[in-house]
Parts: sequence; C-alpha cells; structure tokens
Amino acid sequence: MRSICLYFQVHQPFRLRTYRFFNIGAEHNYFDDFQNRQIIKRVADKCYLPANKMMLDLIKEYGSAFKVTFSISGTAIEQLQQHAPEVIQGFQKLARTGCVEFLAETYAHSLASQGNSEEFIDQVKQHSDTIEQLFGKRPKTFRNTELIYSDAIGEMVADMGFNTMITEGAKHILGWKSPNYMYCNSRNPKLKLLLRNNRLSDDIAFRFSTVEWPEWPLTAEKFTGWLNAIESREEVVNVFIDYETIGERQWKETGIFDFFKALPKSVMSNSDFRFATPSELTDVLQPVAQMHVPFPISWADEERDLTSWLGNELQDEAFSKLYSLNDKIRKISDPSILKDWNYLQTSDHFYYMCTKWFSHGTVYKYFNPYPSPYEAFINYMNVLSDFMIRVDNALLMEAAIAPAPKAVRKKAAEKAPKTVRTKPKTTTGTLVEEEHVVKSSKILSAKKVAEKSAKATVKAPKEKATEKLFSSLNVEDIITLSDAKVKKIIKSMEIETVSAAMKGAKKEVREKVEKNLGKRALKTYHELLKQIKTIHESEIKKSRKLFEKQIKALIK
Amino acid sequence: MRVLMFGWEFPPHITGGLGTACFGLVKGLTKQGVEVIFVVPKAYGDESKEGFRLVNASDMVMDFTNVKYQEHWNRIKFLEIGSNLIPYVGPEDFERLKEEEKLQVTSEGQSVFSERYQFSGKYGINLMEEVSRYALVASVIAQQNTYDVIHAHDWLTYPAGIAAKKISGKPLVVHVHATEFDRSGENVNQTVYNLEREGMEEADLVITVSHLTRQIVIERYGIDPEKVITVHNAVEPVDRPEFNEVRKHLKEKVVTFLGRVTFQKGPDYFIEAAYKVLQKDPDVRFVMAGSGDLLNKMIRRAAQLHIGTKFHFTGFLKGAEVDTMFALSDVYVMPSVSEPFGISPLEAMRSNVPVVISKQSGVSEVLKHALKVDFWDIDALADAIYGLLHYEGLKKMFIRYGKEEVDNLKWDNAAGEVLAVYNQAQTLVH
Repeated sequence: MRSICLYFQVHQPFRLRTYRFFNIGAEHNYFDDFQNRQIIKRVADKCYLPANKMMLDLIKEYGSAFKVTFSISGTAIEQLQQHAPEVIQGFQKLARTGCVEFLAETYAHSLASQGNSEEFIDQVKQHSDTIEQLFGKRPKTFRNTELIYSDAIGEMVADMGFNTMITEGAKHILGWKSPNYMYCNSRNPKLKLLLRNNRLSDDIAFRFSTVEWPEWPLTAEKFTGWLNAIESREEVVNVFIDYETIGERQWKETGIFDFFKALPKSVMSNSDFRFATPSELTDVLQPVAQMHVPFPISWADEERDLTSWLGNELQDEAFSKLYSLNDKIRKISDPSILKDWNYLQTSDHFYYMCTKWFSHGTVYKYFNPYPSPYEAFINYMNVLSDFMIRVDNALLMEAAIAPAPKAVRKKAAEKAPKTVRTKPKTTTGTLVEEEHVVKSSKILSAKKVAEKSAKATVKAPKEKATEKLFSSLNVEDIITLSDAKVKKIIKSMEIETVSAAMKGAKKEVREKVEKNLGKRALKTYHELLKQIKTIHESEIKKSRKLFEKQIKALIK
Repeated sequence: MRVLMFGWEFPPHITGGLGTACFGLVKGLTKQGVEVIFVVPKAYGDESKEGFRLVNASDMVMDFTNVKYQEHWNRIKFLEIGSNLIPYVGPEDFERLKEEEKLQVTSEGQSVFSERYQFSGKYGINLMEEVSRYALVASVIAQQNTYDVIHAHDWLTYPAGIAAKKISGKPLVVHVHATEFDRSGENVNQTVYNLEREGMEEADLVITVSHLTRQIVIERYGIDPEKVITVHNAVEPVDRPEFNEVRKHLKEKVVTFLGRVTFQKGPDYFIEAAYKVLQKDPDVRFVMAGSGDLLNKMIRRAAQLHIGTKFHFTGFLKGAEVDTMFALSDVYVMPSVSEPFGISPLEAMRSNVPVVISKQSGVSEVLKHALKVDFWDIDALADAIYGLLHYEGLKKMFIRYGKEEVDNLKWDNAAGEVLAVYNQAQTLVH
C-alpha cells in the first residue's frame, strides 16, 4: 500500500497601502484595509468556502479513507476572522472529522528562518498556539514559508519538538533520487522529511488549465494513471499546492472542483494509493536516506531557491533593515508595534521587490499590487522608516518607565493629583512633578522629559547665597551620595551630559555613575565615551556645570 | 541602399534632441551599409561626417528663370504666411534672434529669389520662408542625386521631402520626432499642423519615435494605422571617464531637472515636488537647468515657496556643461506633460544617475529600470525622489541595471528597424 498526501497552503498577507514619505512620523496606519478586505472576501467566495464544503462532502462520502492537510498562516487567520469568519468555522468543522491535519508555520508567513532564529522560534510558537486554540490540536509537523528548508533550519525545527517537516523535492538537491520516499535531516535524523513531488503538484497548480499543455485536459483518471506509473517500490506521493489554486487561480470554469471531487474515488478504486496525512506517514514510514541541504531551497520557480524573496539589492536592504530591529523589538511590549512587526515580516512584501521577472518576462505568479519592484521597495521603506521611529520612541518610553527608582515614582505618584491644580514652588518639586505629568500623559518621549527637567533646573531661581554655599561642590562629590540619589541625578539629565561630565573624572566617580545607569543607558554611555575626544571642551565644562547644579539642587 | 535624408540641424549645432537623434541614426545606418546624403539648411563645416555626405543647402545655386522651379515655387510658397512662429525658443532668445536677423537681412539684402540663399538654419522669425526655400532647394538636390528612399525628419523638412518625391518618384518616409500637440499643447499653429498632416499623408510610411506619438499621429492627424511604425530612439554609448572625476562641492544630494523650461516639460510639477521633499528633508538641493518661456514664472514660484536657498537655476546648458551637471546629480527628473520620446533620461542613466520619468513620455515605453509616475501626481513624484535619495538599495539597483539597459538601446538596432521600414516603403511604391 502506498500513500498520497494532499496538503494545501492557505495564506493572505496584509498588503500595504500607498504610504508616502511625508506620512513618515505622522501616520502609522500602514495597511490597505479596503483592498485586503476585498481580496479576502473574493477569495473566500471563490475558493475557501466552496473548497471547504467540497472537502467536507468528500470526507462525509469516503469517511476516514480521505485525508487532507492544511497550513493556514496567522495573517490569513486574522483576516478571515475579521472578514469571513465562516471560513474559519468551515476549517473547524473539517478539524472535527479527524481526517484533517493542520501544520505549523511561522505566524506571519515570514522569512524569519533567514532573518533571526529567536524571532523564528517565537513566531512558530505563536502560530502553534493559534492553531491549537482554534482546532484543538498542537501541530507536530512543520512547514516553513514557501517550503524553505536547509540543514540548519531543519535542526532548529527538530529542537523545537517537531518530528516531521515538509519541503520541496528540489532536483538540484535530489539528483537521481526520487522525492517519493521519506527522508531525514542530516544533522538531526529524528526529523523526518516529506518532499513535494513537484511535477505532479505543478500539473495541478499551474498547468491544469493550460490548453497548450499536451496533457490538457487533466482528469482524475489521467492523474491516477500517472500515480500507477510510479515505480511500485516508491512509497509516498506528496502533492503540496496553494489552496487558492482551487477556484481562485484555476477558476471554477476550468473544472478544478470536478477534478478534486472525482479524485478520491478514482485513486481508491483504480490504484494501490491511499490518502494520508504527514503525521500518519511519520508513524509508518522510515527514512531511506539523509538529505543534505547546505543552502536553503524553496518551492518557488524553476530555481527552487530564495531568489524570489532575497538576493537583489532592494530585498536585501529592506530585509536587513527590518531584522536589525529584532533586538529592540524584544524590549518593547506595545501591542500595536508588535502587531505591525509581525505583518511587516510577511514574505509577500519581499516578493513584490523581485526583479527576476524583468529578465524572464513571465507574469507574476501571484497578485502584485505594484507596477514595478522599485515602487514596492520605496513604499515598503517608507513604512519601515516610520516603524523604526516608532520602535525607537517606544524604547525610550519603556526605558523611561522601567529603570526609574521606585521611590521616585512613588513620590511622584503621590504628588500627581496636586500637580494638576497647583503650581509647583520648589526646584525639586518642579523636577519630579514635571517628569510625572509627562509620563502619565505618555505623549512626550523620555528624551524630552530629560530635556524638560534639565531646563526646569536651569530656569530655577538663582539665589546668590545658595550658589556661594555650594560653590565648592563638584562632580566628584557624588561618591558621598547614596545610589538612589545618584540615580535621580542621572535621570534628570541627558545621557550625553552625563557622559561628557565624566571626562577626566576619577575612576571611583565613574564607577559610581556607571553602576547607577540603566542597561540601555549604559550602552549609549559607553558609545558616547568612545567619541568623547571629538566633543568640544566648552561642551564638557557646560555638562559638568549642569551636573553640579543637579547635585546642588538635590542636596539642598 | 542609398537614402536622401532631410534634417534641420546636426551636431554640434543643435537646439534640442532632433539633431542628436539624426546623428545617431545616420551613424547606425552607415554601419548597416546604407549610404546617406544628409541635407541641412546650413552647414558650419565642423560637423562630424563619418561615412556619409553632408549637403549644405545654403551652397545650392538656383536659377529662378527655370520654369520648372517656378512651378514648384508656386506650389509651396503659401508657406510664407504666419512666419512669426518660433518653436523651441524662449522670450529673451526671441528678442535676440530678431535683432540678429534684422541685422543680417539688412546687411546682406538677400531675398528668397536670389541665386544663393543663406539659410540661418535656426528657428527664427523667417522660419516659414526658410522652410519653403529649403523645399525648393530640395528639388534641385533631388534631381542631381540618385537614391532609393527619401527620409524627412520633422515638419520643417516635410515640404522638402514631398518636393523630392514629386521630382524623383522615390518612396518617402517621414519621421515624427514631435508633433505640434507636443510643442504647443492644444493651441496648435494651424500652418504647422497642416504641413505635418500633408507630410504624413504624402509619405508612404511614417516613423514615430514612440507608441505615444504613433497614437497621436493616428488619432489627431487621421493617418492610417497600417502605415505608422514605431522605432524607438536610442542613445550613443559614450564613456567619458573624465566626468567621473567631477568634484562635488556640496554635501547635499542634488536632484536635477534638465530641459527647456516650457509647459510641455512640466517644470512646475518639479518645483512643487521639490517643496514637498524639502519640507521633510532640508538637506537636498534642486537644480533646474535650462531656459524657456516659463523660467521667470518658475523663479517666482520658487521664491513664493521660500525654497530659494535650496532651489537653483542654471540657465541653458550645453555640451560639457550638461555632462558636468549629470555628474553632479544624484537623481534626474523628467516630469514631462507630453514627451514624444525624451532622450535625456538615457543620458542621465548613462552617467549612473537614477531617473524619475513621467508615464506620459515615449522613453517610459522602453525603460524598465526607471521610476515612472504620472506627471500630475506630485505626491508620487516627490515620493520617488525621496526614495532614491534615502534608500541605498534603489541606487545600487539602478547603477547595476540602468547603465546596462541604456547601453543596450543602440542606434544600430534602431537603424536596423529603420532599414526594414525603407525596404517596406520600396515594395509599396513598386
């Protein structure tokens, strides 16, 4: 008995709206809601709904003899939930039959496996959570975006606890070998690999309605005949295609629905092939060999590599800029930023920047909202520029809230109600209260907070007597102060001022300051110290003065 | 094959793209083994003449007692009417030209009926007179030479082409580099329009420099689509390494508009886009190189927008100045409202300068590695400029593919297509 595995990919990206450079810093809605809604509704009507119904009917008719597998990207799930919830309900119905397996993938249908392993793992987890929550079962089989696979990716996936992964049966990897067996990862043989039979898959996905194709029209009987022609020792035929093939890319009029309706009966009665899901195959099949894939492969185009998404200057710049944000993002909790971070990673954005089509002259395989890759790039970079600003601002916010000493925050909180009504009288009061007002309103960034408080101090009434009293005070005196006080002083100033004031200071003084800096501030501080030589002497004097003023204000 | 070709200008004495295009085409044809007799109204003696004959119409001696010429003159002399037409020339230039011509005419005292007529070969106030005289001279040249095809470039030479065809019976190909609609918008000069249409009607085949122009020829001049063929222009592959050494003295990036400052070139859209970019990024300089009837208005507009310190006017540039300007530029913009072809973006790309061009230009039909916007879409134009200035990947792509693309737009290929048109024209006549 041999097996055929039918697996369908369901994916829709959040497409970007036309976002001009003058929107940067001003507008943060990046997505073309109207177009996205229209497309998801259209595809639901033409494909998802009727195809789901067809699958359910087939399962009702043939019982557990008919099996089918899906992977639905997180961005597709969100859009379906919003605009076509009946499609999700349809998938849930299918899940309840027990004849359907749902796979794991990256939540955003992203290229994170190429960008950042930490992010990759997070996204897979996020997607598995979503699938488990919706369909009641945690996926055990993994498919990466566009079936991208390499030895390293496989190893990561195995480490995450998956026992099976599906990928492309790329000719340049397999050579004389057949895709119709179970293989395994070369670094961790526990991870089993199912390979896409690209000839039979593409016959349906791309050639089905091509009248010039000598095999046109393709019928279930003909397809079964091809299955029978496969050498009898070969164990499994994997037909992996986009779900949108049914009804959207191959219109209903081409007979695509009739083909799938007739397929189970034809296969079951005229061949020794039986339908199976990846998990079932993993239980019964043993790997025949390791597969060595040092460089990533995918299911795309003739090349079966990543050149549709990465490799040209546009894609590489956009991609590296995007993933350069990874470390910052990890410190941010703002849900709107995390959401956009997800959506911006979707592989389609990079696909639109592909320039291969210029030389090939072939039409885009998928719907492309841009007239040329250049427009796609500019639009994406405009959005990304704004996103980067937001990330930096959010970081400052987090930094402003997080490392501030509890005492100060508490004190400020107590004083807050007063601030609204009464005008502050003392210098210290001004400092703390202003800071709090700004924080609670969450409008100004931490940088501005620091500027403001610094200004407030400078503007403070200059009492000659006090000046005299403290005239002997200098930066070095902070050694005598408590850590909490030092923190407070530092917090009231720009990090640039602090760094400049530290030039030529004694070792003990520097250490005192350094141990009271936040993690992020410390990093900036060290960077600034490196450039200290370029700073003008007068600036340093000014910084020291400001520093001293803050000390005096506090002691007073 | 031998071709009798009528042009109006030839490098280095040019005012626009026409002379440059003729030169490239003639060189390409010569390489294909075609013999070219190129007739210009006035030759200066310093034109490059590799492998073809340049005939100076000003040297032709005509005997007006000859009855045949008189008949011919009677047929074409209506052209004298409405001779105040000066295309391609700005108001200051017009004044200067008028003064010059007054001087010339009075000193030489020449008339259209003198034996030798000194053509100015410019687009001055006696243009119509020159056009008709040129046609007359053409009939003499047509009689004195043997050739297989007649090829006339733009309306100024159509009467000459028609005259030559009447005399020799050889097939006539007219080449439309621009139409009156491109030059004047909807306010067409009726005399010029009539001349253009007559030329196209009399021609056995019409060559247009773009599909855009082909459409105008078919729709606005009512020419049979069957006989209108598009042959896109090309550009001379010239490597001028010395311009790579041009020192930039400005730290800001430079965005350039280069061309006549007239309605059809869309200079106003350039200024408005510049304003938008400067609002976001003040570290950019914009240059408007060229002159024309809208120049003063543009200067006023730049002042109104308070972008005077970032927006610069150079006046008319030529020769090496143009190359220097390209070498200094980071982005080249051609926001033409109507551009039959537009060769300057190709020159910019040849100098590794990325370009933004309007979709309403013929050149956008052949370029892939250029940003294309609707001329009226100032937001899109500004966005394209901003993108090119700020996103490194774009610039890299343009440098990698742009130059290669332009280098593949060879006059040799265009000449091959023109040769095919000649062959077709010959079969039509026989």
